[in-house]
Amino acid sequence: MALLQIHEPGETPAPHENDADVAVGIDLGTTNSVTAVSVDGKAEVLRDEDGQALVPSVVAYAPDGSPIVGGLAKSLIAMRPDSVVSSIKRLMGRGIEDIKSVAGHLPFTVEPAVEGESGASRMVRLNVDGHKLTPVEISGHILTALKERAEGVLDREVTRAVITVPAYFDDAARTATKDAARLAGLEVLRLVNEPTAAALAYGLDKEAEGLYAVYDLGGGTFDISLLRMEKGVFQVLSTGGDAALGGDDFDHAVAEHFLKDWTGKTPGSGAVKQAVATAREVKEALSADDQGTWTLELDGEEQSFALDRAAFEAMIEPLVKRTIRICEDVLDDADVTPDRVKGVVLVGGSTRVPLVRKMVAGLFGREPLADIDPDEVVAVGAALQAEALTVGSDTLLLDVTPLSLGIETMGGLTEKIIPRNTPIPVAKAQEFTTYQDGQSAMAIHAVQGEREMVDQNRSLARFTLRGIPPMTAGAARIRVTYAVDADGLLTVSAREETTGTEQSIEVKPSYGLSEDEMSQMLYDSMKHAKDDMTMRLLAESRVEAGRAVGAVKAALDIDGDLLGDDDRKAIDAIVAETEAAVAGEDRDAISAAVEKLEEGTRVFAEQRMDRGIRAALRGVEVERLDKAAHGRDQQGEEQAASSDDRPKSAEAGD
Amino acid sequence: MQAKAEGAARSDNAAAEQNIVQACWSCHGPVAVGDPFCSSCKAVQPPGQADHFQRMGLERSFDVDLDALEKAYFRMQRDLHPDRFATKTPKEKSLSQQQATSLNDAYETLKDPLDRAVYLAHLKGLDVLKEGCNALNDPVILMEAMEMREALAEAESADEVSDLTRRAQGDIADCEKELSSAFEGTDMDHIGTLITRLKYLRKLADETRFRRAELRSMA
Repeated sequence: MALLQIHEPGETPAPHENDADVAVGIDLGTTNSVTAVSVDGKAEVLRDEDGQALVPSVVAYAPDGSPIVGGLAKSLIAMRPDSVVSSIKRLMGRGIEDIKSVAGHLPFTVEPAVEGESGASRMVRLNVDGHKLTPVEISGHILTALKERAEGVLDREVTRAVITVPAYFDDAARTATKDAARLAGLEVLRLVNEPTAAALAYGLDKEAEGLYAVYDLGGGTFDISLLRMEKGVFQVLSTGGDAALGGDDFDHAVAEHFLKDWTGKTPGSGAVKQAVATAREVKEALSADDQGTWTLELDGEEQSFALDRAAFEAMIEPLVKRTIRICEDVLDDADVTPDRVKGVVLVGGSTRVPLVRKMVAGLFGREPLADIDPDEVVAVGAALQAEALTVGSDTLLLDVTPLSLGIETMGGLTEKIIPRNTPIPVAKAQEFTTYQDGQSAMAIHAVQGEREMVDQNRSLARFTLRGIPPMTAGAARIRVTYAVDADGLLTVSAREETTGTEQSIEVKPSYGLSEDEMSQMLYDSMKHAKDDMTMRLLAESRVEAGRAVGAVKAALDIDGDLLGDDDRKAIDAIVAETEAAVAGEDRDAISAAVEKLEEGTRVFAEQRMDRGIRAALRGVEVERLDKAAHGRDQQGEEQAASSDDRPKSAEAGD
Repeated sequence: MQAKAEGAARSDNAAAEQNIVQACWSCHGPVAVGDPFCSSCKAVQPPGQADHFQRMGLERSFDVDLDALEKAYFRMQRDLHPDRFATKTPKEKSLSQQQATSLNDAYETLKDPLDRAVYLAHLKGLDVLKEGCNALNDPVILMEAMEMREALAEAESADEVSDLTRRAQGDIADCEKELSSAFEGTDMDHIGTLITRLKYLRKLADETRFRRAELRSMA
């Protein structure tokens, strides 16, 4: 006799869904990217034939626009600097104004802003050898390459991933990352903060307990997070950082030194790229050796430079100091002194620089931990989380919002609605009112950041609540709700309370892609976009049908005795029908079967409610008798308000 | 069948009055109000209207056992956090997000003595405005605040500022003790005054922190 398969309700695996589809963890880095996969709690980094885990986050574009990603692209930088893009992560979710200050240092040609162009967003566009590309598309090309590589190594299809982002990434950059994954045909199970992922990799490995700091200095971003680890719970207490500070800046500091001494004219973008590439060699060499000499050929002129470690450290010290100061602020935020931190985890290739290690050790008074390769630790954590999300896990990650979310109020001031370091998911509401008689609309401007003035914070989105009925100034009550999901993404909604006029938007960042642009890109990038969509919808229907069948089976197990033989047979038949539909490929048939199932079990559900209510009422009766016996009365205690407590003046506080 | 359905509708009303049982959205069977999961089909339920103390299974009091609060919070987040629903239906994902949001709200409010005091006062019918102060014209609080501000403005080193932080923290601890005993009684005016004082002290402690960071970055 065949054994029956028993599943938890809701976890009934849909037919065809087998373990061929695995979820991976991807560390999409500024300089390098790493992919890992976890099976049975053991995470493994994916390597190529040469044992290389790191895929350079570099894309070279062929004349026809087709992308080449990784080591080969990197090797083309010197030869064809104009058609190669690196460090694109620094531009994720950025607008043109954001990068003006660094424009000269960036090895990119940025397209000028298009004034008044409708439908297009203010997102940065690069001109790569004649091809106009957004950072989202370029990141999408990197993710596509990582996905294909993973499929090759694992010999399975890969459609789902946990992707890590710097904790300090703002809403725009997070959305851009998710959009890039969509272009690559990857479903993002969760965006996980890089330091949190690193802690996960360490915590599981070491069964660590107590307070830990994760110091993450990557190519383009710096993050510091303070976490408490306890019995499988990873609770982020505070986080801080700088989304535009990383090892690349070390390179730029050194490159500036080269170019400053250059006697020639203003160097072109090719010269800058070469200077930066040599600077990177300097950084890597002087992390191991005490000194060296480098020759640079710029615009046909050759010059050699001798540098020792002390000179290199003098160039980068101000940058490292900035990270230390941010660490101090994060400790202060959590009200923690450095000596209470039990361990410091180092993440990111830039933590190989000896001066970084020295200064971190100096702050915390202990040698930092680096026994998991700092380049791979984030991907390992992401893979563990990918497994936890798909297969299940005993551990739990509780993360926070890195930056305060606020709203613009009169006078260009920011009113914070969700302060930074608030655990997510979170929803908070605040009421506002009109300031003019008969005002019929209210502009809502969502911003992110810690500054008082709106224009010093990052603009996330603007929308207008219309249809406010004419009222005197101050009479309307407009409730604005900010909700942040577990990926750290914001949704804003506004509602006029007296009439119920409501408007809700998923925040599409001012610097993000518009829905039209996104659709066009999806269309362009996926030749089989339609098939893909059909498959996704089919999968969703199967999950929903699995839920419905599970629910009915559980109900039958508990209350099956309520049914006569015929009724029972009828329901069993519809259940079987639904299961048969799920095994097929017809989405409409599945939906119809689920509907029939709901319909066919309605009377049974009423009978169950009837039974449940009777049982509950019996319980209440007993409780009431108990209470009467104890003579307790819970009323009254809640109504001790006094009207004298009203504020006397509206000018209260400062 | 007709009679049966009517019977169910009648008891439905009775149950709605009692507010103890409702229908599960997934299997349509009975679920006790406040249960996060359906007892029969295990589907996650909406968070409902429980106050923060009820949600965390704690007695309604200013004196909260922080260990018990945290244990309850971790235990419930383990089951309800969106990470547990990543492969479930959109409806279940959304409900889990609502549940986790409510849990975070309850935990954060009850964990922090000031937020807890404001919330408890609100449950008792006293609303202390966010920025405003119920007792702004209380001369004692006003004097104390001005004095501390002045000291802060005059402080020239991070160490001096740290002394002020410690002083503010000591005052905060005292104020919380007073609040604890005030909540035993029914003098809402007194509770309002203490909450206002606690707000001032907390703001001051924050300012000392900013000032220290400022002095540090100038160094």
